[in-house]
Amino acid sequence: MVDMERVESIVEEYGGESRQVIAILQAIQEEYHYLPREIFTYLSKRLGISEAQIYSVATFYENFSLEPKGKYVIKVCDGTACHVRKSIPILQRLREQLGLSEQKITTDDLLFTVETVSCLGACGLAPVIMVNDVVHPAMTPDGAVELLEELRAGEVAPL
Amino acid sequence: MIPVEKKEIMYIDNIPVEIHGERNLLELIRKVGIILPTFCYHSELSIYGACRMCVVEDEKGRLEAACSTPPRAGMSIRTNTERLRHYRKVILELLLAHHCRDCTTCASNEKCKLQDLARTFHIAGVRFPNTAAKPKVDDSSLCIVMDHNKCILCGDCVRTCNEVQNVGAIDFAHRGSKMTISTAFNVPLAESPCVGCGQCVAACPTGALMVRNDVSKVSRAIANPDVTVSVQVAPAVRVGLGRSVGLKTGEEAMGKIVAALRRLGFDEVYDTSTGADLTVMEEADEFVQRLESGENLPMFTSCCPGWIQFAEKKYPEILPYISTCRSPMQMLAGVVKEQKKKTGKRHVHVGVMPCTAKKFEAARKEFRDEFGNPMTDYVLTTEELIRMIDEAGMVFSELEPEAVDSPLHEKSGAGVIFGVTGGVTEAVLRRISEDKTSSSLQRIAFSGVRGFEGLREATIMYKGREIRIAVVSGLANVSRLLEEWKAGFCKYDFVEVMACPGGCVLGGGQPFIHNEEKELRGKGLYKADKVCSIRRSEDNPLMQELYNGILKDKRHELLHVHYGEKAE
Repeated sequence: MVDMERVESIVEEYGGESRQVIAILQAIQEEYHYLPREIFTYLSKRLGISEAQIYSVATFYENFSLEPKGKYVIKVCDGTACHVRKSIPILQRLREQLGLSEQKITTDDLLFTVETVSCLGACGLAPVIMVNDVVHPAMTPDGAVELLEELRAGEVAPL
Repeated sequence: MIPVEKKEIMYIDNIPVEIHGERNLLELIRKVGIILPTFCYHSELSIYGACRMCVVEDEKGRLEAACSTPPRAGMSIRTNTERLRHYRKVILELLLAHHCRDCTTCASNEKCKLQDLARTFHIAGVRFPNTAAKPKVDDSSLCIVMDHNKCILCGDCVRTCNEVQNVGAIDFAHRGSKMTISTAFNVPLAESPCVGCGQCVAACPTGALMVRNDVSKVSRAIANPDVTVSVQVAPAVRVGLGRSVGLKTGEEAMGKIVAALRRLGFDEVYDTSTGADLTVMEEADEFVQRLESGENLPMFTSCCPGWIQFAEKKYPEILPYISTCRSPMQMLAGVVKEQKKKTGKRHVHVGVMPCTAKKFEAARKEFRDEFGNPMTDYVLTTEELIRMIDEAGMVFSELEPEAVDSPLHEKSGAGVIFGVTGGVTEAVLRRISEDKTSSSLQRIAFSGVRGFEGLREATIMYKGREIRIAVVSGLANVSRLLEEWKAGFCKYDFVEVMACPGGCVLGGGQPFIHNEEKELRGKGLYKADKVCSIRRSEDNPLMQELYNGILKDKRHELLHVHYGEKAE
């Protein structure tokens, strides 16, 4: 559920101005890890711009997501350095393990999202993957699977 | 001493040209009589600079888009160098590479700017294979069909929808090679805020946005011997045909249209102006009642289906202020259907309208009889009528004019001017004015109701009271007025609204004409009004006949509607 009061407070932070729409969308995404559909109607009324226009902004930037993302967002670096050091097999193995593809990037249980990025700026550690904010250097397909196991184990650990 | 005005001169293809505050080079270049090709430039829209067809070269060989470069004194540009021609050709070739090329079966064939410029620039072949995905055609809307395969992403529709109409149903989505024109979340057009006004269709340079074609449904009804097919023709249609049928722009052609419709096989032909006379009677009554009670003022007019949808979708709080009168089309359709009830024969009623949104209006639940059949079965736009005339091989300009069918043959000039912005107001004022002399007609005509600006104001005295009137066309102008109304600043008693800028004469279903010709259609209607022997709706002898006859117990049922209740 989207807390519209929270959305409103974000809008207010940016003075309720339509020209701040990118910043407002970023702040909302920060909160929900994606852009829930309900907020488009709300923002359209609140900022006085059409829903189609907000959708236009949201689909233009790669960074915005209209789909809910998993608890663990795995970014596989496919920059030049990582690519030549075999990042694609890592990506393929991760997708295989999780039943994901280029189109379907998030597991149904909303635990994992797998996406590619063009460079994480850690070329010396290539190939690199990032899980949320943690960088995992010198990755291999087997290492990636192990990492998935660990993350899953962590999920049940608190019991 | 007389101040000497310093002239600002620049050079276009070595021709010295004076600058007179033109906003961009393109305007100046066109004034010199050079036609630069453009896709994305429309003087009434903001400047987008996307298509790059209007690039010009300065003396240092720099390229600039003429549409988005202001003229400067001393500047010297060339519009037609070998390099520019080459660039324009490549742009066209690349656009064609991504474009559906089924020209012969495209409804926009011969009306397409891409086709036209490809011919002008002698594009003989396209070197690149078409790798574009083939997206599905969106035909969800009753008014507009959207085919992305023919879109060149000029954005004319987006800017029209946003800037002229403030509807905002569509915008660009995604980017790069994946960019498309899309509604929010790519919902079908029918579920979007689209009001069906069709102004995007008028702006579209290709066939990506088209009016839904209902010709075959009407043809089938005509071909069926068990069905009587009657048709009514809206005021704006008679001045809308113009060059498409070999007439002058804005030339009135009702008589010929009637003849053409009979030849096409319609059994009975009527004039929507007669319905408009009924609208004037009802709307004037309603307005006087509201003035006296002081309730629900200002009263907004209700003839325009694009406006009604706009109000429903964007300003539902305004609905109680909208007149309860049905549109002239639905009033006349109701009367025609009622008359035919006794015959027992199946009866189909068609409206020929300048309007795409009327197709939606015809299908509304509010306008169905007790058996659930629509009052107006089909709506054809002016463009569709032209298509039928062409298909039948008629030489329209040589047709002998004919009169509409009795008994609904009388109309007044007031009913004719309904098709132009300000016309509804003028007609209502003629009705409520106590002074019935011809000088009063003149006074009303010059009160400010006529004209072409998006918002006009007029004041008129009624029973010692000052009536304040606004005439507004173009939904962006309507929005501004409604925002003021919401903020409590509305100072009007009567507001006439037409969704299309300039009124129905420039509706989305009319053939496209250029800016400088736009006033001619309105003038055509005023001329037609002048030659009517009856100028006021109440003087139309048919009115009394109808009110004492068919409408005696059915006035409310056939002539009024409450849009706010549609939720049930």
